[in-house]
Amino acid sequence: MATDPLVLDGLDAFYGDSHVLHDLSLRVRAGGVLGLLGRNGAGKSTCIGSIVGLVRAKAREMTLYGEPIQGLSPERISQKGVGVVPQGRRIFPSLTVHENLTVAARTPSREGWRGWSLEDAFSAFPRLEERRRQFAGSLSGGEQQMLAIGRALMTGPRLLLLDEPSEGLAPQIVAEVARVLKELSRTGLSIVLVEQNVKLAMEVADDVVILNNGRVAHAGPVESIQTDGELVEQLLGVY
Amino acid sequence: MNFWVIQGLNGLAFGSLLFILAAGFSLIFGLMRVANLAHGAFFMLGAYVGLSAIDNGMNFWVAILIGGLTVCVLGGVMEGLILRRLAGQPLAQVLVTLGIAFIIADGCLWLWSGDPRPLPMPSELQGVLRFGGLIFPKYRLFVVVVAVCLAGALWLLLERSRVGAMIRAGVDDMEMARVMGIRTSLLFPLVFCLGSALAGAGGVLAGPILSVYPSMDTDMLPMALVVVILGGVGSLGGAFVGALVIGFIYSYGQALVPDLAYVILFLPMVLVLTIRPTGLFGRRLV
Repeated sequence: MATDPLVLDGLDAFYGDSHVLHDLSLRVRAGGVLGLLGRNGAGKSTCIGSIVGLVRAKAREMTLYGEPIQGLSPERISQKGVGVVPQGRRIFPSLTVHENLTVAARTPSREGWRGWSLEDAFSAFPRLEERRRQFAGSLSGGEQQMLAIGRALMTGPRLLLLDEPSEGLAPQIVAEVARVLKELSRTGLSIVLVEQNVKLAMEVADDVVILNNGRVAHAGPVESIQTDGELVEQLLGVY
Repeated sequence: MNFWVIQGLNGLAFGSLLFILAAGFSLIFGLMRVANLAHGAFFMLGAYVGLSAIDNGMNFWVAILIGGLTVCVLGGVMEGLILRRLAGQPLAQVLVTLGIAFIIADGCLWLWSGDPRPLPMPSELQGVLRFGGLIFPKYRLFVVVVAVCLAGALWLLLERSRVGAMIRAGVDDMEMARVMGIRTSLLFPLVFCLGSALAGAGGVLAGPILSVYPSMDTDMLPMALVVVILGGVGSLGGAFVGALVIGFIYSYGQALVPDLAYVILFLPMVLVLTIRPTGLFGRRLV
């Protein structure tokens, strides 16, 4: 369907001379959460980098709600409605919490998800409001993750990409992130969730794609991996 | 007693000039990671352009404006036509700006000849102020006031405006700023023009104190570098403190041990870099 939030078809991506992603195809359904899984180095972050325009990539099709985004600058892709919670959070440390949230804030386009206001961000993460005047660099890891999520949502995205949001976080914070993601999905935001934490992905995702060595090794509804322990064992190792 | 106060005030005035020069350099380096080695030449060119404006009957204030605007346009052209094509190639950028510095220096020599020229100060700022038994030139005090006002204005722009927050976000993490949709490609020329304009206007402002002469660029560039390295690149407060420190050191050093003026100027930089490589107020740039 042309109106799918994200369609990647035949994506090849490169870091310098090395060919990292091979003929990758995936599709995010409207309002759906796609879990993108795989071992370290499987190509998950490269896939995110390709979508946001930071990694050199070519594809037969790469569309956001039917609009081609291939070859656009990261700024343009963001303005077309792609919000990102990057790996390692990467909040702006010398900006205050308040500035981090507002510096890139945009009113969302009329169609698509309604976007977050400052009030939404503070009511989802009250801890951020308490620390709004603090420099973001002084926040704990969990608070930085909340800030990174708030920052992305305040750009008014139609599609949210999260790259390992549970990395290095305490279990109760992971649970809080999961709660917010489920809530966002319920309100109709389409999400790509890159995760090492398979349990979190299974809890939140509707569909999953498992990458192995830069190729799609498995794709299907989340139930397909919940019932197939052997597949998960083989492709994801530890779980 | 008089000696210390007078030299202190001289240092303050010279430090103020250094701040105006270094603030632009630091701003450009902080956001764009371009060490613009033509910054000293921009300063000199501004001074010469201002001199010609005054020669042609314009007053001092218009000369500052013209000097600043000319260099602002030149900086914008240099960024748009050359530096942008060299994004991500720091060595090439440094070499290009160095080449442009030489071209400007030779151009100035050709257009304005090699004789040092005094730049007349505005009549309303001639003369001295007396505090108790001390005498101090009005113009130097004026330069200090300008630097303080400029520091305040830049602080408001950077710390209190949305554009300022965008610039700081770009300094913190350029890639993320772009991914969040901040159009760094619009911020770059803006910051480059602003930094260049400060150099050009600062050159005119320095004219009545330093005169305008052919090696003004190579005299001032190392000073700007020392200030920025001492204070920490990309930090406005760092540039301010660094400029005052260097202003005082230069002023007292010249008076007390003129033979070692350069040693005592650069020694603090070496010490600071050894102990604290990011400078006094600097952060590690991503």
